[in-house]
Amino acid sequence: MPHIWCPGCGNGIVTAALVRAIERADYDQKDVVIVSGIGCSSRAAGYLNFNTLHTTHGRALSFATGLKMARPELKLFVIMGDGDCSAIGGNHFIHSARRNIDLNAIVVNNHIYGMTGGQHSPLTPSGKKATTAPRGTLEREFNILELARGAGATFGARGNAAQPRQLEQFITRAANHKGFSIVEALSPCPIAYGRRNKLGGPVDMLKDLKENSISIEKAARKEEAELEGKTLTGVIYQDEVPEYSTEYYHFIGKEIPGNTGG
Amino acid sequence: MPETKPVLMQGNEACAEGAISAGVRFYAGYPITPSTEVAERMAARLPDIGGVFIQMEDEIASMAAVIGASIGGMRTLTATSGPGFSLKQENLGYAIMAEIPCVIVDVQRMGPSTGVPTAPSQGDVMQARWGTHGDHPVIVFSPASVYESYYLTIAAVNLSQKLRQPVIILLDEVIGHMREKVTIPRDSKLMVEKISDKVPADWKPYDEKGLTPLVPFGFGHYYHVTGLFHDQYGFPTGDPPQVERALDRIHEKLEKYRDEVVLTNYIGHKEPRVVIVTYGCTVRSARAVVKKAYWNNRQPVGLLSLQTLWPFPEREVKEIAKKADAIIVPEMNMGQIVSEVERHVKGEAEVIPLNRYDGEMISPDQISEVMGGWLS
Repeated sequence: MPHIWCPGCGNGIVTAALVRAIERADYDQKDVVIVSGIGCSSRAAGYLNFNTLHTTHGRALSFATGLKMARPELKLFVIMGDGDCSAIGGNHFIHSARRNIDLNAIVVNNHIYGMTGGQHSPLTPSGKKATTAPRGTLEREFNILELARGAGATFGARGNAAQPRQLEQFITRAANHKGFSIVEALSPCPIAYGRRNKLGGPVDMLKDLKENSISIEKAARKEEAELEGKTLTGVIYQDEVPEYSTEYYHFIGKEIPGNTGG
Repeated sequence: MPETKPVLMQGNEACAEGAISAGVRFYAGYPITPSTEVAERMAARLPDIGGVFIQMEDEIASMAAVIGASIGGMRTLTATSGPGFSLKQENLGYAIMAEIPCVIVDVQRMGPSTGVPTAPSQGDVMQARWGTHGDHPVIVFSPASVYESYYLTIAAVNLSQKLRQPVIILLDEVIGHMREKVTIPRDSKLMVEKISDKVPADWKPYDEKGLTPLVPFGFGHYYHVTGLFHDQYGFPTGDPPQVERALDRIHEKLEKYRDEVVLTNYIGHKEPRVVIVTYGCTVRSARAVVKKAYWNNRQPVGLLSLQTLWPFPEREVKEIAKKADAIIVPEMNMGQIVSEVERHVKGEAEVIPLNRYDGEMISPDQISEVMGGWLS
């Protein structure tokens, strides 16, 4: 299949995990909508055989909010990159979380603006190099899952492109969760991020992703010192809080067609 | 809501009621003076009629949410004023490109920037035309009364659906906040036919053969919606012939339906020597002048009021120029529509700008004074 992604990119792996998760969730194809913003990972929407909505930079969640409120029976997956979601789309991100509207946000985090050639994003780790931080960025990065939780998100999971089966499970669980969910998918960008930061080729980057992560279950049995430099994977939090579109339709006394939750 | 009996309401409220009469059941907005009453009216009304009201986190999100809801098959409205209209521009361009219907009300206030939020102005005429980037078509209506606000909103919703094109309603603070009598019909027959139920099997969202109705998401017609140039199915393309065809496509539909898009109204002498061309609240001062000069004194004067500002009513203005010696163009800005008048009149008549930009209305006396010189 022809696509725009570079060799060694993790976007294809994350997209495949999403597709398998949708299959596992057993949704009717016509009920599924893929919404995306602008950036490399957002081009995934154009490669999928669903109703797909490729929006403007940072605004995917706002388009999705309108669509979900108009058609609460639809199952929406919102693909965003780290810059798209946390910089230009930061406001929409926290407010979607606050409303606890049933959108499944998939944040493909490659720590860089890839499509524009490698500028630092709010998820670029401190000290890492980018074309707009040639000596390394002085800025601190967001912990996107904690940011979402602070804003009111009720489901947060982290996986990576090196462990796609696990990622698929997290997305399935996010799909089944009623409320705003975020799955952070760490993904390698060997071209715009790896090369500049001497992180090796695609295989090295995938290997590092796997070796540097530890599941939340395993981490619970380790001493704090052993967790130094490790990234937690797994469902980090899940809370039961009333979901916005369901609450709204209940409030106006209107039934949501074929509402089966999720 | 009282049905057939006349009620007193504001222009802003009339926009909300017009939208509801035309089947709008989704509103997303953000508070901004002097447009807030549109949102307040919708917030009060929509929940009772099964509609969705949502106050978004900002103007950008509001514009995005109405587009999202339109793709879901709802008729949608948002309202704002100058600063918020600036913020909406990127997603407005998206709706034009992706051919998603929606209606945007901009209650103009004195600008630039924060300006005088409570003072009227007609300063957003060019922003409405060229605020979003690239070559794009726009439809802009400019009501001159509360009743016009009501029925032009209905026309805007229907036209927007039919042409799959956003429609902008440029109110000004005078019309938005003024209270006048409006009669709202009981059973509104003003809605266009619902089209999405009878979709041919070979339906394409951007059929190269011409305009097709939008089939909302969730009905098993799989297609892509993007702000990128796209093919018949909505998938991105950078192929020069396809890009050119796509850009022609969004412009041609407005030309094809020009008679439904371009609305004007002429009153006055059949063979006028002086004609006032204006829009919005300034029509009211101009009408007072023409009433006195023509109806009372039979002077050769007329008034062409522009309900549609964009696409510019060039044919109607050219017709006027053939007869009149002078065309006076009063506007509450430093001269925006006047250049368009000049461009189409091409020297056939004298075009005289009359501008006021201190946050006050142009008075009938101001217009009479300019007109007097041409009649003596």
